Amino acid sequence: MTSVKSSLQSWHKNPTFRALIYWLLPVVFLGYFFYQPLLALFNLLVSPEWGFSFADLDWSKLLDPLWFTVTQATLSTLLTLVIGLPGAWLFALFTFPGKKFLKLLSTLPFILPTVVVAAGFNALLGPRGWVNLGLMSLFNLDSPPIHFLNTFPAILAAHVFYNTTIIIRVVSNAWSRQNIRLQQAAKVLGAGPWRAFREVTLPLLRPAILGATLLVFLFNFTSFGAVLMLGGPQFATLEVEIYVQALHLLNLPLASVLSILQLICTLIITIGHNRISNSRSMEIAPRARETGVRRAHRGWEKIIVIFLIVILFTLLVSPLASLALRSIVKLEANRGERGEIQRGLTLQYYRELWVNRRGSLFYVPPIAAARNSFLFALITILITVTLGLLVAYALRQSTPINAVLDPLLMLPLGASAITLGLGFIIVFNRPPFSNIEFPILLPIAHSLVALPFVVRTLGPALQSIPTSLRNAARILGARPLRVWREVDLPLLLPSILVSAIFALTISLGEFGASTFLSRPEYPTLPVAIYRYISQPGALNYGQALAMSTLLMLVCAGGILVIERLHTPGKELF
Amino acid sequence: MLAVKEIEKTYEGKPLLKKVSFEVDQDETVCLLGPSGSGKSTLLRIIAGLEEAEGGQVLWKGKDLTHTPAHQREFGLMFQDYALFPHRNVAENIAFGLRMQNRPKSEIEERVKAALKTINMAGFRKRKVTELSGGEQQRVALARALAPEPRLLMLDEPLGALDRTLREQLSRELRRILRETKVPAIYVTHDQEEAYAIADRLLLLHDGIILQSGRPHEFYHHPRNVWVAEFFGLGNLVSGTVKQHDPLRVATSLGLVTARCDRDAPPKDAKTALLFRPTQAYGNPKDCPNRITGKIIDQVFQGENYRITLEITRDIPFFTVILPEPVEIGQNLTIGYQAEDVLCLENS
Repeated sequence: MTSVKSSLQSWHKNPTFRALIYWLLPVVFLGYFFYQPLLALFNLLVSPEWGFSFADLDWSKLLDPLWFTVTQATLSTLLTLVIGLPGAWLFALFTFPGKKFLKLLSTLPFILPTVVVAAGFNALLGPRGWVNLGLMSLFNLDSPPIHFLNTFPAILAAHVFYNTTIIIRVVSNAWSRQNIRLQQAAKVLGAGPWRAFREVTLPLLRPAILGATLLVFLFNFTSFGAVLMLGGPQFATLEVEIYVQALHLLNLPLASVLSILQLICTLIITIGHNRISNSRSMEIAPRARETGVRRAHRGWEKIIVIFLIVILFTLLVSPLASLALRSIVKLEANRGERGEIQRGLTLQYYRELWVNRRGSLFYVPPIAAARNSFLFALITILITVTLGLLVAYALRQSTPINAVLDPLLMLPLGASAITLGLGFIIVFNRPPFSNIEFPILLPIAHSLVALPFVVRTLGPALQSIPTSLRNAARILGARPLRVWREVDLPLLLPSILVSAIFALTISLGEFGASTFLSRPEYPTLPVAIYRYISQPGALNYGQALAMSTLLMLVCAGGILVIERLHTPGKELF
Repeated sequence: MLAVKEIEKTYEGKPLLKKVSFEVDQDETVCLLGPSGSGKSTLLRIIAGLEEAEGGQVLWKGKDLTHTPAHQREFGLMFQDYALFPHRNVAENIAFGLRMQNRPKSEIEERVKAALKTINMAGFRKRKVTELSGGEQQRVALARALAPEPRLLMLDEPLGALDRTLREQLSRELRRILRETKVPAIYVTHDQEEAYAIADRLLLLHDGIILQSGRPHEFYHHPRNVWVAEFFGLGNLVSGTVKQHDPLRVATSLGLVTARCDRDAPPKDAKTALLFRPTQAYGNPKDCPNRITGKIIDQVFQGENYRITLEITRDIPFFTVILPEPVEIGQNLTIGYQAEDVLCLENS
């Protein structure tokens, strides 16, 4: 009897039970909105309704995009390494004026929406971009001399822009954590600088380099917005092909097969990356921040350092600066505008965002897209922070079920947004998730994309709160809820803010799933930018750039806030 | 006041605490001493209500506290890592317990001020706790634990993380504060010198039981068994077999040794161990019943005297004695022990 009584009294203290309570909502959410659509993709292939059979499958329709995806991802990754590794060297070993600024700048691409980057490159090198317009007026040309848009190099450029900073961050972090005594020991033992680098520094950096490379490869492999907007549909990666097959050719079975292929590939890459990053945990006597960095002194060193700074600065700044400048400078006539046009500084493109022109691309003024985007982002923040906190508390319980549920939660990180969007339109086509009244599916899809990042921010933050703090509060007389309010909440607050910013920027910039799920009455900013930028007319172009600039400013503001907050687990990679 | 009764606890399937019982009286500082892993901190956390025992009771003035949650026990605990709230400044940390008691603001302010004065940190009110030195953090943690006037104060290795000089200074300060506040206290440590310095009474926890309890000097003079003597580092221990009672004679690899026993001597032919304290060796063995000869292998000058290490047999490679005069390394030396200075101990 007593054992029954005591087990009844202590059931709520059982870690497995508590973990299950915390897991309940996240598991239901993921099961319904992630695994159900995923299974629907498989189901589509076997259900007789669609009459799909592997026998009739034209394998070249799978292998061609796969081959192209691998090619472009490999090339992009190699190019990224060519710039990123010297960049890591620069950041790890040298101090130079403007280093802080460049470092801050280098965090920007990570959080910047693809559409913004694409718009940036468009404003720099596109037919209506600075370089082409400048060359045209300089040499009195009739047509833009540089053909950049819809070329393979455009895709590569965007990928390099995006991912160089990942290599720099991961590798230079590992590099500057390396104990400087190790190199000194090697030198004292008779190794020259190059030998010491090869025998000591490089082997210790290898896991970091490998991990970062694989991560960059994964991002390039699943890149969608940059490929679509800068390369155009003729450069069919798996992602673009899924999009084309599903939305333009309405061949859902083929899109499903492509999605599954894509899922398998990303899963393999993700597993490989996890293997490497787990083996990376070897922490070697960390050195204090910013010790061992120095100014470049020898002649050739100076030249290389300056050269690298210029390259990185140009790579990071030129597309973004072009974008911002181009959005406030009028250089060509609007469609239908006759006579002498006014060139020069203008806020016309921004003012036009509030105007609902007849024959415009949506039924609403463009600024409505911004309003929608912020509304969806707000819902995304609510969903992800709630679920993220629950998961973080679940993971804190020591119970074997976490080892099973944690990887299931992280899978959305590997699944592409396109796959998600495709799954959604297959499964959720009737109320309450019909997407017709109100596109609630959009913030839900955004939440799935953002959730792994939020969990990776909140989890370590919660883990870093020592249990003794809670115990101290209890001993001093705080009841359980008060303990949470006095200890957990204030210590988690910075991380909650950081994860909210992650959720905000991811939702604001999400393009892949949004192309499937947004409706003309409810455009989001990225979708609107994509539509406007590919239309003729200086006004459409200007408005696209204006919207991109606004998006960029919001994201840059977010990064500034994140950099100000010192939170554990901020280094996501 | 506090009575701990037959507390039981297992850790990873193995018994950690096997029916531990003891009491703490008013004004008394009890030191819970034991090697690391002996379960001292666990016992403390059970008393605090942070962990549950699998058997036994914790009583306060006869009232069972088993179902009283930690926040209602009105005990104070100073954590090993201090557990200062990093998001609150020094004054706010000290005020925390008072706020939980919903005391009026003015009173809280006054008490915080007084607490800061007690720990000699009056100017530190607004300082961030993360910017304090180890010793300062330790003092703030003490002030925080004492501010709500707990009925019992528990300190979990409070000096553990500090360096030697600071430990001595803070241990003095701690003694003063404990004396002034007159709060009954349980002090956990693995360091016997710290325990000697702080405690009115020592409890030695080993193998899940209180192996010995008493005043500090009792441990020194009357260790309960070989393990206790070894833990306190009381001197050279030589194993042997009891051969004769009255006078007690023990056969060892040193030969037949005449010794004495605190309690009933072990029966004949029982295994036992003899304690030879280094300070009780006679450099002139003439009048001693026990003589020991060994080769001098090391000598350390200690200011007033010399610490000399002898190699006696293969079984006893190191035998330490303290003598006033220097000797020569490599030579043989014979020392003597009086029968009443050789303590026959129970094997553990």
